[in-house]
Amino acid sequence: MLTGIAGTLESNDAMITVTPADKLTIEVKSVVDAFYHDQIVKVIKDTLFDSKIANISVMCQDKGALDYTIRARLLTAISRMEEQNG
Amino acid sequence: MVRSMLFIPGNNPAMLQNADVFGADAVIIDLEDAVSIQEKDAARILVKAYLESIDHPPMKIYIRINGLDTTDYEKDLQSVVTDQIDGIVLPKAKVCDVERLLTLLYKIESETHMQKIIGIIPIVESAKSVLEIEKLAALSRIQGMLLGAEDLSADMELTRTITGTEIEYPRARMAFACKAYKIDAIDTPFTDTSDNLGLIADCQKAQNLGLNAKAAIHPNQLETIHDVFSPSLQRIEWAKRVLKAAKKADDQGLGVFSLDGKMIDKPIIERATKIMESAKRYRLLPVENA
Repeated sequence: MLTGIAGTLESNDAMITVTPADKLTIEVKSVVDAFYHDQIVKVIKDTLFDSKIANISVMCQDKGALDYTIRARLLTAISRMEEQNG
Repeated sequence: MVRSMLFIPGNNPAMLQNADVFGADAVIIDLEDAVSIQEKDAARILVKAYLESIDHPPMKIYIRINGLDTTDYEKDLQSVVTDQIDGIVLPKAKVCDVERLLTLLYKIESETHMQKIIGIIPIVESAKSVLEIEKLAALSRIQGMLLGAEDLSADMELTRTITGTEIEYPRARMAFACKAYKIDAIDTPFTDTSDNLGLIADCQKAQNLGLNAKAAIHPNQLETIHDVFSPSLQRIEWAKRVLKAAKKADDQGLGVFSLDGKMIDKPIIERATKIMESAKRYRLLPVENA
């Protein structure tokens, strides 16, 4: 199965895994979930919108990453998935 | 001019997000040796996102791209050449490499309608680069030169020593060239981050040869580097007294005068002026003098 993974589980980073899907699913596990769950989901949705991607499965394991780090890791994961697709 | 340039690994979010709080005069965000081949893509995207997130940071920002002998450097430049950076640090630089980089920068700046003119800091880390130091210093957009002693020693088949005898010649040659062209002469990093006495001695050797800055590989090296490469409080006090006495002598129409029994003439006054300029630049003066 096509999968794109980027980032690490180090502090201030996020590991993001994406796979093709027929609908949008976003799963977030974060060390700051109680405070920032909605913000993390928003960053992911905004990044997908900017990338013109509607249907994809995103798994974000967040270790306290800032918004731009989550965005960068998601873009890298998508790029790696697309590279596998040729 | 800078005193310190701190290397920040390009794929390390924790270091990147704190880049502006370490207190370095400049940071070098590294896309080359600090990033594994498998993570080059991730580092480029992370650094681009970081640059888009910052607004008037207190330090200068340079990016060390991958060498022009790799397949990564063009992607690096396309990702990071923006108005947010001050310059590109070019590894294993020779004159022909800098000329190629200049062409690429002109093209990107023109295509993206950039406001800023991006500078270049070549790393002198091969025997051939040492022989080209004066030509490198004279090229357009060169803001400084960084000595890369580890690779240079490997190229020369020399062993690095704590005394640094093996790099005295390139240090001195670089210092003269940089001074002649009024650009930064940046010393090689001291690689033992736990040896502060060794770092102090290494900084002093570089400073005695005329270099004005040092690269750091850990934030804990910055305080020592700043101590050595800043004018001391005694020198600042001396400079203040010289300039005060010079003004008085000028009012009296004297070209040469004495202070503490020593003759003071134009070169000494110029030196005192430069010390005060450094003190102001690095905010070492009390508020009323700043």
